[in-house]
Amino acid sequence: MKKLSVIITILLSLSYFAQAQTSGYKPGDKAIDFNLKGTDGNFQSLASLSKGKGFIVIFTCNHCPFSQAYEQRIIALHKKYAPKGMPVVAINPNDSAREPEDSYDNMKKRAKKYKYPFVYLVDENQAIAKAYGAMRTPHVYVLDANRNVIYIGAIDDNFEDAKLVKEKYLENALDAFLSGKPILNPVTKAIGCGIKWKK
Amino acid sequence: MRILLFTLFYLGGQFITKAQELKVINKSDLVALINSKSDTVYVINFWATWCKPCVEELPVFEKINKDYTGQKVKIILISNDFKKQIKPKLKPFLLDKNIQSEVWWMSETDPNIWINLVEPNWEGSLPATLIFKGSENKRFFHEGSLTENTLNAIINKIAP
Repeated sequence: MKKLSVIITILLSLSYFAQAQTSGYKPGDKAIDFNLKGTDGNFQSLASLSKGKGFIVIFTCNHCPFSQAYEQRIIALHKKYAPKGMPVVAINPNDSAREPEDSYDNMKKRAKKYKYPFVYLVDENQAIAKAYGAMRTPHVYVLDANRNVIYIGAIDDNFEDAKLVKEKYLENALDAFLSGKPILNPVTKAIGCGIKWKK
Repeated sequence: MRILLFTLFYLGGQFITKAQELKVINKSDLVALINSKSDTVYVINFWATWCKPCVEELPVFEKINKDYTGQKVKIILISNDFKKQIKPKLKPFLLDKNIQSEVWWMSETDPNIWINLVEPNWEGSLPATLIFKGSENKRFFHEGSLTENTLNAIINKIAP
C-alpha cells in the first residue's frame, strides 16, 4: 500500500509537471513566429502573412467534427477580418500516423474542396502547437501585429448550430481590438478534439 | 409458450432500455454533481462517440464499473456528442457496445460556461476525467486518456 502511495505521488507530481510544461501562452505573452509549409507547398511565417494589424491563428485539422462544424465560420472570419488586417492562419498540428485523415495530402484535398481563402499550414514536428500551448482543435490564438497574444479560446457559444449563436467570443475580441477597446473576455473555453501528439 | 415468449421479450426489452438510458443534463446538474459531499468516489469521464481516444478508453471505465460493483465507486460517462447525433449515433453506440455505466448527455451548447467549473486547467480537449470524493475533498483531474492501472491506483488512493 505504501509502495502504491509512492507511485501515486510520483504520478500526480508528474501530471502537474506535464501540465506546467504545456501550459503555453496567456494573454500578454509574446508568441513565437514560425516557418511552416502550406497546402500550396510554400513555407509561410507570420512575418510573411502580415496584413498590418495582427493574426487569427487557429489550430485545426481535417478529421475533427468540431473543426468541421466550425469550418464555414472560419472561412467567413477570414473573409471578414483579413481585409481589416487580421488574416486567419490555420495550422494542423496532428500526427498523421495517429490520424491518417490529417495527413498533408488530405489537408491539400480539404483546402481545395472547401476553397480555403486562408493559408492552411502543417506543424509537422508539433513544436508550434507545444509552444503556443494548444491542446485541442479548434483552438484559437489572436495575436497583435507584434505577435503579442490578445485572445485565446473559443470561436462562439454554439458549436452545433451557427444560426443559434448568441455570443461571438472571437469576433467580440477582434472588434474590440480593432477599435482600440479592451477585450472583455480574453480567455474562453470550448470542447474540442485533443491534439494527436506523436507517441 | 406465448406468455413465456412475451415475458422474455418484455424482460429483454427492459434490459435494453436500461442499458441505453440517457440522462440529459445541464450546467446546474453538473454543478450539483461536482459539489456533492457524498462519500462515494465519482469517476466522471467526459467523452463523445466522435472522439477516437475516448472510444478506445471506454472499456477501461466499463471494467472499473464492473470491478467495483457493490462498492462506493460510481462511473458517470458524460457525452459531448452533437444533439443531432443522439439518435443516429450515440444511442445505437451505447446499445451496440452494451455500455453498462451510467451515461449522461451534456445539453449545454456553450462549453465555456461549464469547463472551468470542472477544472480551471482543463483546455476542453476530450477525453478528460475527474475523480473525486466530496466527503473528503479529494480530487484528481486528467486531460487525456488514462490506463486501467492508473485509474485503479487513483481510485484506491482516493477511496479509503
